[in-house]
Parts: sequence; C-alpha cells; structure tokens
Amino acid sequence: MNNVYYGKLIFELSKPGRRGYSLPKNEFDGYSLEQLPVARRENKTLLPEVDELTVARHYTNMSNNNFGVDTGFYPLGSCTMKYNPKVNEELAALQGFNIHPSTPDCAAQGALKLYDEVQRTLAEISGLSRFTLNPYAGAHGELTGLMVIGTYHRQRGDVNRTKIIVPDSAHGTNPASAAVAGFQIVQVKSTAQGTVDVEDLKPLLGPDIAGMMMTNPNTLGLFETQIPEIARLVHECGGLMYYDGANLNPMLGVCRPGDMGFDVMHINLHKTFSTPHGGGGPGSGPVGVRAGLEHCLPNPQVVYNEEKGRYEQHFDEESLGSVSGFLGNFGVIIRAYAYLLTLGRENVPMAGRLSVLNANYIKERLRSHYKLPIDVVCKHEFVFDGLREEYGGDHHDAEHVTTLDVAKRLLDYGYHAPTIYFPLLFHEALMIEPTETESKDTLDAFIDVMIRIAEEAKSDPKMVKSAPHNTPIRRLDDVKAVKEPKFTFKAL
Amino acid sequence: MAKIIEGLYYSESHEYVRVEGEFGYVGITDYAQSQLGNVVYVDMPEEEDEVTAGEEFGAVESVKAASDLFSPVSGEVVEVNSALEDEPELINQDAFANWIMKVRMSDPSELENLLDAAAYAKICE
Amino acid sequence: MFKYFPHTPDDVQKMLDVIGVSNLDDLYAEVPEELKLHRELDIPSAKSEMEVRRIIEGLAAENKRLVCFAGAGCYDHYTPSLVPFIAARSEFSTSYTPYQAEISQGTLQYIFEYQTMMADLTGMDISNASMYDGSTATAEAMLMCVASAKKRNKVVISATFQPNVIRVVSTYAKFHGVELVVVPATAQGTTDLDAVRRMVEADDVAGVIVAQPNRYGIVEDFDGLAAHCHAHKTLLAINTVASALGVLKTPGEWDADIACGDAQSLGIPMGYGGPYIGYLCTKEALIRKMPGRLVGATTDVEGRRAFVLTMQAREQHIRREKATSNICTAQGFMCLYVAAYLSIMGEEGLREVNEQSHAAARYLHESLLATGKFSEVFPGQPFLNEFTLRYDGCTCELRKRLAEAGFLAGVCTEGMEGCLTFAATETRTRQEIDKLVSLI
Repeated sequence: MNNVYYGKLIFELSKPGRRGYSLPKNEFDGYSLEQLPVARRENKTLLPEVDELTVARHYTNMSNNNFGVDTGFYPLGSCTMKYNPKVNEELAALQGFNIHPSTPDCAAQGALKLYDEVQRTLAEISGLSRFTLNPYAGAHGELTGLMVIGTYHRQRGDVNRTKIIVPDSAHGTNPASAAVAGFQIVQVKSTAQGTVDVEDLKPLLGPDIAGMMMTNPNTLGLFETQIPEIARLVHECGGLMYYDGANLNPMLGVCRPGDMGFDVMHINLHKTFSTPHGGGGPGSGPVGVRAGLEHCLPNPQVVYNEEKGRYEQHFDEESLGSVSGFLGNFGVIIRAYAYLLTLGRENVPMAGRLSVLNANYIKERLRSHYKLPIDVVCKHEFVFDGLREEYGGDHHDAEHVTTLDVAKRLLDYGYHAPTIYFPLLFHEALMIEPTETESKDTLDAFIDVMIRIAEEAKSDPKMVKSAPHNTPIRRLDDVKAVKEPKFTFKAL
Repeated sequence: MAKIIEGLYYSESHEYVRVEGEFGYVGITDYAQSQLGNVVYVDMPEEEDEVTAGEEFGAVESVKAASDLFSPVSGEVVEVNSALEDEPELINQDAFANWIMKVRMSDPSELENLLDAAAYAKICE
Repeated sequence: MFKYFPHTPDDVQKMLDVIGVSNLDDLYAEVPEELKLHRELDIPSAKSEMEVRRIIEGLAAENKRLVCFAGAGCYDHYTPSLVPFIAARSEFSTSYTPYQAEISQGTLQYIFEYQTMMADLTGMDISNASMYDGSTATAEAMLMCVASAKKRNKVVISATFQPNVIRVVSTYAKFHGVELVVVPATAQGTTDLDAVRRMVEADDVAGVIVAQPNRYGIVEDFDGLAAHCHAHKTLLAINTVASALGVLKTPGEWDADIACGDAQSLGIPMGYGGPYIGYLCTKEALIRKMPGRLVGATTDVEGRRAFVLTMQAREQHIRREKATSNICTAQGFMCLYVAAYLSIMGEEGLREVNEQSHAAARYLHESLLATGKFSEVFPGQPFLNEFTLRYDGCTCELRKRLAEAGFLAGVCTEGMEGCLTFAATETRTRQEIDKLVSLI
C-alpha cells in the first residue's frame, strides 16, 4: 500500500495547471457559450486539477483500503454476499447494450428480449404470474409492491384499507416503505420461537387491512411454518400478502412464494442472483405479482406483441404509475441473466440448499461459544445473542465484550463482520449468513477465529474491546462525526 | 440506577414536567437519556408553537437512535432551551436540569393524567 | 460439482454429520410438504461460460447502436477509459454498504469526494451519497419539501419537466398523499412563473420544483423565484442536468433550497436506461430532512482523519415507520464513476465538454432549419445542447427511417404532435451531423 496516497483526498493532490482529459479540437466555429444570454455559472468550482496517473494511483490505492467479496469472507446476515461472477461483468459492459433508453423498440429488440427473459425466469422461480424489473433496489421494490397493493384496492373501490401489518422482526425498510406508500403500520409480535404469533395477528385483521408484509424465512433465518394459515387469514379479511424477497436464496427451487400464498413480492437481484453490491448499489428490486394483478405493475412494461412478433415497451392505463425514469438498472439485469443462464435449472435449487447447509454448519460448530437463543434447524442465516455467559456474555457492564467488540475483532483476522444488533428481538444480535459460494475450508477457518475471539474475550477482554488493531484505521469517533458534521472537503 | 426526582410529573414515554405556577418545564428523564446514549441533537419546537398533550413536539437523537418527544401537557411554548442547540450532551450530564421547552399550560388538570415519581420508578424497572 | 459451489461430496457429508441430518432435503423438514415444489423448475438448463457468452453477445448484437441525437434525461457524453478501468476494481464493486468503516475507507472516501463535488457543482452545502435516478431524486425532493413544511401538503411542479420525471413524481405523490400541482408552461416553452407566484402567495405551498434546462432544451430564467418562495415559507428545488452545472447558473446561485437531478451525464454510459445516479443536495439547515446515506469525516482513536456513515438516525433502519424516505441501497458505486470522471475532467474539461456540446447543438439546429423541413417552436429561446423543432411531416416515420440508416433522430416531444427534441454532445462530429441532415 502506498502511504503517500493513503488518506489524501483527490482535492489535496490537485495542482493548478494540471489536466487529466483530452478532447478533440472543436469542429464548430462561432458558437460560444458566451452567447447564452442568461443563467451562466459565476462561481468557480473546487474540482481538482490532476493528471491521469495521479487519478489512477489515487483510486487504486483507495481500493486497497476496501474489503469486498473478492477480498475475503463476508458473513453478513440478510445481505447474501455471494460470489459475483466475472463473465457477468464483461457481458454487462458489451457495447451492444450501451444504447440510449429512447432507442426505438425496433432497434432495441435484444435488450427488450433479455428483459423479458429475466421477467419470465423470475416468475417461474417465484411461482407468480408476471414481473417488472423497473425498481432500482430492494426498498424500491417494496415501495412498488405496496403501490400495487394500494392500486388493487383502489380499483375495487375499497378506499378504507389504510393499514399494513408488519412483523416486529421485519427489516427496517418494511415499515418505512409502507409509510412512504401512504399506509399506517400495524406491528404483529413474534412468538418465543421467533415466528409470527398467529394469535396476536388475528385481532388485527379487519376491513382496514390492505395487506401484510412477511419475510420467509424471516430475519432470524426461520421458516414461517404457519404461512398457509396466515395467508388464509389475511386473504379472508380482504388483504394481500407481500413477500419481502431479501431472504429468497434458501428457498430457490424448494418452495415458491406464489405457492406459499403470496400475491406480491420483490427480489433483490444483488442478493439472490449474484450481482455485485457495489458498496451500496446499484441493486435491482424486481416486483412480481400473481395472476390478476399484472395490469397494476409500473410503466413502462415490456411485453411481447404476438401479432407483430416483437418486444415492445407498453404503457398500461390501469398501472400504478411509474417508479423509474426508464427500465430500471438494466446493467444489473444483464448480470442477473448471465447468472441465471449459468446456473440453470440444475444448479438454482442447489444454491439454496448449500446456503442452508453452510449456515447450519457454522451454527452447530459455534453454539458452544455463542448464545443460541432459538435452537432449531435454520435456513440461510441464524442469529446468536452475543457470547455465552462463560465468555463474558450476559454481563452488561463496560468491562465485558459485546457483539460490537466481536465484530470489530473479526476485522483484525481478515473477515467482514456479521450483521450486528439486528433483528431487534435480541440485545446482542449477531446475524450470520455464509451463502453457498463459501467452502467448508473457509467456514472452518472462520469458525476457528470466532472461537479464538471468544477465548480472547475471556482472557484479554481489553484487547478485544479496543479492536480492530490491524486495519488501515481504527475505531472511529461516531459522536464527533454527528456533532461536528463535515460532509465535504470544503468543510474540513 | 437512573435518577428520579420527587415532585415532578412523568409520562410513560419518559418525559417529565416540572411545574412552576402556570408554566411547565418539559424534558426527558434520566432513564431516557441513559437508554439513548450520547445525545447529539435535539429537535426543538419554536417559541409560540402550540403543543398538545400526547402529541409529538420534537425529537432527541443519539448516534444510533432517534426518539420522538411527546408533550405531557398542552399549551403554548414560551421558551426553548437554546443551550441544547450547541451542547445537546447537557442532557446526558443532567437531564432534569436541562429541560427542553417551557410551556404555558392551558389545562393544568392534564397533570392528573401523569405519573408521580413512585409510579414512574415502577415502569423503569 | 459446479464452478460457483466449492463443496465436495465429502465436505457435504461431513457437514451434514455435524448438523446431525442425513441429507440436504432434511434441512427443510419443517417446511410443509404441500408447499414444496416437488418438480424441476421450468427454466433453461445450465450453460457453460462460452454458451452464456454466445447467448448474451447475440442479444447485444440484436440491438442497433444508433448515432445518438437524443437527450431527454440521458446524454451521450464521452467516458474516459480510466473511469471504467477504476470501476472494474472488484475491491470496490464487490463490497457491501460501508458499515464497517475500518475496512471500507475506499468506498467511504470516494463517496466523500462525490459529495464534495456535487455540493460544489450545485452550489449547495451538502450532498447525500446518491439516489436511484433523477426522477426518484425529484420525487424525494418533493417528499423533503412536505416533511420540512410542518403543515403544508401541496407541491408545485413545472410542466416543463421531462414527462417521465413528472410520471414518477406524480406516482409518489398519489400514494404518499401529496397534493401535486403541475403548473403549465407558457407559450414560449418556459415555466409560467406568474402562475407559480400566485400559487405560492396562498401560503399553503410546501415546495416548488423546476427543471433546468427544461424538457424542450430551453435554459430558463428563475430570477426572483427563490425570494418569492422564501417570502412565503416555500422551499425551492431545482433539477439540473448535472453536466450543465459546469456552466449554468447553479441552484445555489439561484438561492434554491434543494438541488436534485440525474448525474448520468457525468461519465456514466447510456446503458439502456441504467444504472445511472440521482443526486440530491441541500443547505445545511435542511440536513435532517434529507433522505439517503451521508458520509462524514471524523477521526479514529489515534486521531487520524477517516470517513464514516453518519447521521444515521435519519434513516429507515432506525426510524422505521417514522421515516420520511425508505431509501437504503441506492447507486453507491456510481459515485465512483462521477468522482473519477470529474477528477479527470476538472473544471476546464467540464466547461469544454459543455462548449463543444453547445456548439454541436447550435450547428445541428441551424442545419436542420436550413433543410426547410423544420421550423422553430420557441423562437429565440436560449438552449445549451438540446432543442425542440417542429417537423413538416410524420415524426414517427422520420425517426424510423433514420433509425434504419443508423441514426437516433431525437425523441418525440410528448404531448406536442409533430415535434422532435434533439440533443448533441461533444461526441457528435460535424460529419455525423451533416450525414443526418442530408438524410432528411
């Protein structure tokens, strides 16, 4: 790692008079911006003046301070950090797809066909009728799906359905998406076994319920076995069932949301179908619906016109409206298509099974050191509630090692931390999701380190509490970041 | 153990009122500040705002949490504690000394709906 | 087994033994049998890398790459080679949201650089760490206006916005219960500022949103608009094509409260509509009303400067049903495109791109009028690199014919029969323009 560059911002490498670009000579004489009568920028910019090599070194060195799936194991619960195949990257970058979104349909048949193939494949995998690939991310998919539910009720003239039921174990996006979509949120409790409490649900159901959102398996990694009963109850009261597809991976080819009784769902292509997370997007959150709701999906819709024998972008009057400028994150959709073709019907169902195998294997090997609040076979992920008592867990004082400390110590050993302090059902939640692309050898090495950290927590808690020690920087002052806010170079 | 002061009125959502004549000084309890951790920002109402008992009047923010504030009493805000704008951590130092807003109460009988120190101590257990 | 699954049969057996079950299906014992699929998925069979490549390259070849004279929210600017080269570093692309700051300084730092650049280009105090695209960024700006104004629920948007942006904003408004009023354009193709003023005077408008350059390509004059809005406690949001911020008066210079839009024009390939990146910037006073992630600078325990996700108490995972936005994963990686592009281009480069785009558009404009088959719709209106003309004939037929000849001849101006909106960038040559014009 080049320390001259580390930590510097590109603005600090700037020197007046340097430049990093080249452009051809202007071929058009006599047209100057000076002729624009109004609205010209007066202030100078802060943009750096740097040569090309400086830019190349700057970002290359920065990348060395970053951890990715290609760097090491990423047991991040609910995030499905599987391997991102490289051929997918190459195919997404093909110049044939680098076309303007207003290209007439007749000149974009390949792109539209690809979009349609992905819609159809997702529909079969989910057991639903039709998909849109327009939503840009999982939370955007949730919002779109909730708009589908709202549109369905409005079109039936049922305007009193203003509430959405969300379990207390749900991802934070669920209640937030429902609120943005204009619904009120009703929370339903979990039982001590970590699944939705059907008895708590029953009194909530009524003519004001628009639908219920569920994640299955839920955020504890547990399959909601009561789902047929829950779906029946919600449908009986006139609501629709929404499936949060964040945890679809373990269900692939085993059990489909449509067959479980769900009416609307989203899928995170960046989780289940291996497109890179990109440090926080671009993702893709396709939304699927059961038969009878297809017309509610957002515009533009991609359809195959049998008569003309070609694919078209179509605007449906009955649609909920639009949620994207064009057809969503098309580049992400290409990657997911390449992944689906590569796995095929033979391997898609293996992805889910192996992810479940990996999760249960870690759980069984670490339960001697970490507290396992719910002891059943999990699906793709599971939750520990901190260290076991003999390693310092259960003590709520400043000397003992917490989940945060374990997470930070893992960074020292070259692993990304699990998801921590979520779900909110446990105080010291440590949520682990290994995914199917990790080998037994990787898991064994990770397990050894987790055991070593538990032992360190007992023998040298101070050291664990001050971890990480070997990372490019150490623990940060979060309070200062909020109290003395600096969001730009200018503010430093 | 969180501090609880006799003679104040408490809400179940962890606000307190200290009554001085027709005015009520409203803040969050010591228990509330200990649950939140380092307070980094207090979203306060403006003077002359009307607040209603049981309704939101602002929020307290820590690094990893945000908690809405519910007014225990109704009335007009006559003063806000501007010291909290620059030093929100004062709430961590002494939550009872650092009230958030001073309200001219429009209906002092609302105080009867609030908890006394002993009753509030029970819900903090 | 399979190239992405590293398990040997022996590994699987050993792991099953540790778990205490006899086969993989036993891991699903609790799933009711009637819910299970019990058949193969009806999707294509597994393909080798070469086969996958052949299929997808085949689809790419079915698209026709047209010489682009279209804009309407997506612009064919040149992306220097270094930008995709840097973006190909998988340490960046395969990482998650940088919650573990100690091992994510790369991501955090480029987002900080992006925030600095966008805040600077828009003339605002702060920028968030991206939105999905320009249309959703505008919708979020609308929600932000409503969240900031305590008791107002009305937002005014100019009809001179790109129609696809208005569709998205209207959709969000419809579900969120915002009263969205679309103020019509003047006969000159600009926002009817008098009408906006009258609406604002009712003292019930939370925000006004206008576009620059607008859907017809016209550079609008918003002189006095901000002062009028502020006098009535109304926020002003301006959506500007990002590249144009290098030369046009900034939202900050207009004294707007929010700047939003799409930054595709800053080095991001057209890619059939995405991924692009929405930007959202604002003044410091509104920071707690701003949706999306924010990266801030702080220090570590040894006092070294470092970057971290901050002000998270605003976000959905903490606010849950109290959140005013549900955004979490946005387009983080595209911040790297923008930061690298702007580093390469600098202020000079960005100005030159705008100058060349403007010159090419002016030449195209004159050349099209010279054919005698086009006429001006909004005579004398200033434009940057996009403009609208009326065609003396069927626009559909013309676009189709020119597409067959390899040209994307603008976009049909929605709601204006017989009109086309053309755009040009620095990537268009005189030869291409002459060829296009000769085919008309």
